Amino acid sequence: MSSETTQTTYQLPIGPIHPALKEPVMFKFEIDGERIVDVDVELGHVHRAIEWTGMRRNPIQIIYLAERICGICSFVHPMAFCRAVENAVDIEVPERADYIRVVHGELERICSHLLWAGVAAHEIGFDTVLYLTWEMREKALDLTEYLTGNRVTKAILTIGGVRRDITSEHIPKISETINYFNKNFIKLKRAFLEDKTVKMRSQGVGILTYDDALKLCAVGPTTRASGVKKDVRADQPYAAYSDLGIDYTTPDLLTGEVNGDVYDRIVTRLLEVKQSLEIIQKAIDQMPAGDLVSEPKIPKLLNYIKKTPGEGVGRDEAPRGEVIHYVKFDGENEHPYTWKVRASTYANILPWIPMLKGEQIADIPIVAASTDPCMSCTNRVGVVNNKTNQKMMLDKETLHKLSIEKTRRLMR
Amino acid sequence: MAEKKETKNTNKQLSPEEVVKYFKDEFKTKIKSSEIKKRATGLKKMEFVNIWMKIDKSIFKDFIKHLCDLTYPHLAVCSGNDLGKTIELIYNFSIYFGKNLEEISFNVAVEVPKSKPEIETICDYIPGSLITEREKQEMLGIKVIGIPDERRLFLPEDFPDNLYPWRKDKETQKGIEKLYKNLHEGKVKK
Repeated sequence: MSSETTQTTYQLPIGPIHPALKEPVMFKFEIDGERIVDVDVELGHVHRAIEWTGMRRNPIQIIYLAERICGICSFVHPMAFCRAVENAVDIEVPERADYIRVVHGELERICSHLLWAGVAAHEIGFDTVLYLTWEMREKALDLTEYLTGNRVTKAILTIGGVRRDITSEHIPKISETINYFNKNFIKLKRAFLEDKTVKMRSQGVGILTYDDALKLCAVGPTTRASGVKKDVRADQPYAAYSDLGIDYTTPDLLTGEVNGDVYDRIVTRLLEVKQSLEIIQKAIDQMPAGDLVSEPKIPKLLNYIKKTPGEGVGRDEAPRGEVIHYVKFDGENEHPYTWKVRASTYANILPWIPMLKGEQIADIPIVAASTDPCMSCTNRVGVVNNKTNQKMMLDKETLHKLSIEKTRRLMR
Repeated sequence: MAEKKETKNTNKQLSPEEVVKYFKDEFKTKIKSSEIKKRATGLKKMEFVNIWMKIDKSIFKDFIKHLCDLTYPHLAVCSGNDLGKTIELIYNFSIYFGKNLEEISFNVAVEVPKSKPEIETICDYIPGSLITEREKQEMLGIKVIGIPDERRLFLPEDFPDNLYPWRKDKETQKGIEKLYKNLHEGKVKK
């Protein structure tokens, strides 16, 4: 029994189903008292074999399959897929379609970042801020519905262009929404960035260094908050972004320094909301007239793809970072020979490990949520104490309570 | 974790043609083919560059080392194709990011025989490649030599061994079909 008495750490499994994670993923923590010593991540609980299914569908069908990979990134996945096909078999995209793609991409970013901001506020016990952010997000969703007919699965993209136009009739509603956001952004900024308690909970917590971010191939706001300038919109000319002059959003733009902590990730995302508003405004102002799609006849398009062998990659900056799709056509079949999808969270799994090491149990929800993992939630966490072999369950409410208690303690 | 390395690069930035030349000078005939694809976009018609390169398996590790020396790359993902007798792995890198509109998408393909599907790990140069290497092991049946963590990533524990979903041979197709056709086995009257 000596091994039992010398053991100083115990294991804390979190997941596969858990409140801070929007989709199932399994964490196994090695805990020493309150400190996290080691982390292991297990995936695959919601592997739906979408790529395997896609290799038995034609490219037009895949667009709608790709749209359902993720409910929040329902624009960027089909976008990356369409770009991969366009690159593989050389299909032109009309300029107007490039601009419309930008507007929808940025609108999705605003929805996603505000959703995240609400979740993050909830994790540390500020439910009033959750209501504020989600009220704002509702306006963005209303605009999405107004422009595409749907709030979530937008079905706006097609290979070689877009399916619906933005007409002069739409402009007043877009301007109205942008004005609403500009007015309310100040409120949001004050609630998040100037609040003493938010700072205490997020500064110096869940640090990801520049070197780790680069080596672990982190993407999106997670890597930019650590100072790595990596943003597909700015890195490579795609859609109309190269016309609009996009700059990298790093936290030092606002705070003058880069720490790579949770606070910096909040700063990066809020700045990006502001940036997205500017991009939408610019795209609307500069939008050229022209066609929406280069080949409107779908059977003709499919026949062309069927006959043309080629391979291509499509990259796109999703709200959470770079999304990449790889497609290969063999020139004989309508369905792609290979379709590989890499979502942004896939690349942000490994960076969780250095972020979580050394932190407290009460910090798990906010640190795990800070990379905005694209994964749903229900409520159960099991704690196994190796020393006494005693098992107890920590449910969602208890873990959430721990997090709130820490906030309240700091406020005193 | 790999040993601490200087990751900020100070080398001069090369054009796409120079990047291809750099590797061809170094590896000569071991670079099987290379192609530079450019695509213009938007109103200003700015071009984006894709480099596609096929290399021999024997120089793979050395190639990655040279790439890291040139500039520290971002590994997006490693895609794979089952080409019948061989399996092609495509490492989708991007280089020169962080400089406005100058990024190059660098796709390096390497073929391994299906009878001996082995490739060296690149986790010692790019620790972030672990996830994608683990995925290739379970989905395509690639043996990654020296991988720090060889557990499964996405597939469940009760998924049969020696069945690799992304392979296209008949045996695999039959094996997979058996898996999902038997899902409702209990309900079928015999």
